[in-house]
Amino acid sequence: MSHQEHTDNIGAKLGMWLFLFTELLLFGGLFILYAVYLARYPHEFSAAGKELNVTFGAINTVVLLTSSLLAAMAVTAIKRGEKGLTVALLSGTLGCALIFLVIKYFEWSAKIHHGIYPGSPRLVAGAPGESVFFGLYYITTGLHGVHVVIGGAVLGWIGTRVNSGSLNQGNNVALENGTLYWHLVDLVWIFIFPLYYLIL
Amino acid sequence: MTSDTAVHAEHAEHIVSYKKLCAVWLTLLVLTVATVLITRADLGAAKVWAALGIASLKSGLVIAFFMHMKYEARLFRIILFVALVTLATFVGFTFFDVLYR
Amino acid sequence: MSVAESKQPARTGFWSDTGKSGIGSWILSTDHKRIGLLYLYSVLGFFLVGVVLGVLLRIELMAPGRTIMDAQTYNAVFTVHGVVMIFLFIIPGIPASFGNLVMPIQIGARDVAFPKLNLFSWWLYTIGALIVLTSLFSGGGAPDTGWTFYVPFSARTGTNVSLAVFGVFVLGFSSILTGINFVTTIHRLRAEGMTWGRLPLFVWSLYATAWVQILATPIIAITLVLVIAERVLGTGLFDPGRGGDPIMFQHLFWIYSHPAVYIMILPAMGVVSEIIPVFSRKPIFGYKMIAVSSIAIAGAGSLVWGHHMYTSGMSDRAVMVFSFLTFIVAIPSAIKVFNWVSTLYKGSISLEAPMLFALSFILLFSIGGLSGLVLGAAATDVHVHDTHFVVGHFHYVMFGGTGFAFFGAAHYWLPKFYGRRYREKPALVGWALMFVGFNITYFTMQVLGIRGMPRRYYDYLPEFADLNLVATVGSWIMVTGLIIVVVNLWRGLFWGESIGENPWDGATLEWSIATPPPTENFEEDPVVTHGPYDFNKGVGIP
Repeated sequence: MSHQEHTDNIGAKLGMWLFLFTELLLFGGLFILYAVYLARYPHEFSAAGKELNVTFGAINTVVLLTSSLLAAMAVTAIKRGEKGLTVALLSGTLGCALIFLVIKYFEWSAKIHHGIYPGSPRLVAGAPGESVFFGLYYITTGLHGVHVVIGGAVLGWIGTRVNSGSLNQGNNVALENGTLYWHLVDLVWIFIFPLYYLIL
Repeated sequence: MTSDTAVHAEHAEHIVSYKKLCAVWLTLLVLTVATVLITRADLGAAKVWAALGIASLKSGLVIAFFMHMKYEARLFRIILFVALVTLATFVGFTFFDVLYR
Repeated sequence: MSVAESKQPARTGFWSDTGKSGIGSWILSTDHKRIGLLYLYSVLGFFLVGVVLGVLLRIELMAPGRTIMDAQTYNAVFTVHGVVMIFLFIIPGIPASFGNLVMPIQIGARDVAFPKLNLFSWWLYTIGALIVLTSLFSGGGAPDTGWTFYVPFSARTGTNVSLAVFGVFVLGFSSILTGINFVTTIHRLRAEGMTWGRLPLFVWSLYATAWVQILATPIIAITLVLVIAERVLGTGLFDPGRGGDPIMFQHLFWIYSHPAVYIMILPAMGVVSEIIPVFSRKPIFGYKMIAVSSIAIAGAGSLVWGHHMYTSGMSDRAVMVFSFLTFIVAIPSAIKVFNWVSTLYKGSISLEAPMLFALSFILLFSIGGLSGLVLGAAATDVHVHDTHFVVGHFHYVMFGGTGFAFFGAAHYWLPKFYGRRYREKPALVGWALMFVGFNITYFTMQVLGIRGMPRRYYDYLPEFADLNLVATVGSWIMVTGLIIVVVNLWRGLFWGESIGENPWDGATLEWSIATPPPTENFEEDPVVTHGPYDFNKGVGIP
């Protein structure tokens, strides 16, 4: 055979970006619904948004932005051959993911405790716009949370590969791609935060 | 691409410095504060557009620097543009219905 | 004729050159050719399931009143017929089977960009299909909402909608991954000299299709998630009593499902663009315009979804905008038809089986396209919406179009991969019966629709009885032809006459390698020096 095995890093990244576009459009569908219902129920959306905790939302925004920073730094680290630092940065990213999920847990349980959850008697009996707002809130942040978990798992697995050396200075497109996925999780939240917490 | 060219490309690839990444992060934090402030102002419907505008700016920074788009081949920017225009079209055309019932 | 038929010795090439055998070497293979055949068997199997369901529907509709099933069963049968045909056959059909088999070879590559992901796509397809099938026999029984799963009925019906739509969700994921794989492959793995301007038109069509798969499928993914949420969580996002808008479901559904029909038709058009030049011994007329029109169809086709919703309660402005845009989509399709016909003009035409299927595609797709204009114009659509006129239209384009192209591709390419060929006479007889039966069945439906017979109704007025009987008899003729075609292919590919490298004298790269192709496709990476339809210059390697 005259061919050689070679990895195509550009091809791998291209594939990853294409996958990210599908995620963009997946959440995009939920944002289409949000846009339509915001136009229809501006006051109810505003009132319902006030019931969300802006402090928690803002903290989570900062947490995810920081997690993205750490993930991006991890890419620089591995390309410079700094294995230990790479693992530390990835661990930091995972730590941020955990903080995010804990805060989310508190947010959701508080809401559920107050009778605000999909199909709850309070929402069914209340203003239609409020029911729609929270229906979208739970689906969107729920789907986002699932992606945080998946992204965290992916980065965790990649972290073990960096630790073992199979991902290194000369072979690291998997890490880059993993962090690309993570940044998407951050990007979605960058839009969730103002639309759900700040349009008041 | 032969493996020689692949190796050469690796050495020529761009690595974003820690300094630059932190600078972007600080900018993102500032923009987050800006988003909170601007949505406190009494702008009515313009509030949504303002918030979306800042969010787009933040996304742009994340995509360009954290996700390395600024340093990728032009093809990547083109396809990102296609994906964004597609989403915008889906939203926009839906409003031909929703706004004019 | 039977002199050259022989008992089959072991097949060479990718069938045996890895030394691995047994079922594991197939269902765990990352070879695009094996995966293509796995898909081929899967989609063909589900196609036959869909055919059986269709035959049952036509038997029920043969006469007014109950014939062989009750109303609830009828609703379930037409729902499952649609779900199986659309999600398990037509959408994956040509791209996943023939695209996988042929495309990497046509660009001069050894495999796709992500071979393991390719295998994963097939597994997702299989799992999704099994989930859909399970939904038929579990819970509240087979869904009865129609394949379009419209709310509010899909949110309230006791049938097994949640499981079925989850299966479709998994199938969508499979489609997305194939799209990602194909776009990356075509960008990154073209051989030296295989410029974009020398790509076979089948590859162009797969490229355009892959983009639609990537950008549109996620929307139906989220829509299906939302249906499950309505049912399981009571989110009420589409429930008018809870502030929701059922028309928003329709928007989200059709934002995918209209582009989906271009996922269905573009690869079929690509097949036709391959077959016509070879069997006319003439380069394709207007190569660039056909390539560009594939992209144009994908793009423009993403703007017109509202034409499924003219009577939904959508705004008048939206009705007019979508109607206007729908006419624009017809233009690139017409360009292809003109170019195919221009290719035929003064060509040296050989009416063998692949060519007959390709030629009938042109006619049947055009008829479907014309009825599409009636449907696309809002003013006429309101009279024929949800009648059998629509049923006739989409069967003309999806079956007369994609279905016939699928069989054209099967006759054209499968001999290359099996090393043996079908017998010509039964192929012609089968095609003729399919063609005649098809038109009897579906043209009749167009007439029934204009006369006012609704679709998805279990019963109908006595005045429609005669034509319904005609349509049913037509379906029997068509299915007879189908059986002949399939059996003839089966027997030929397994026990038929051996063929050489290039039985059709094609100029694309798949005809330049051994029959059947070796696992690595090419002994040396090819260097391309001419276009895909330059018949005078021979094939790929100089």
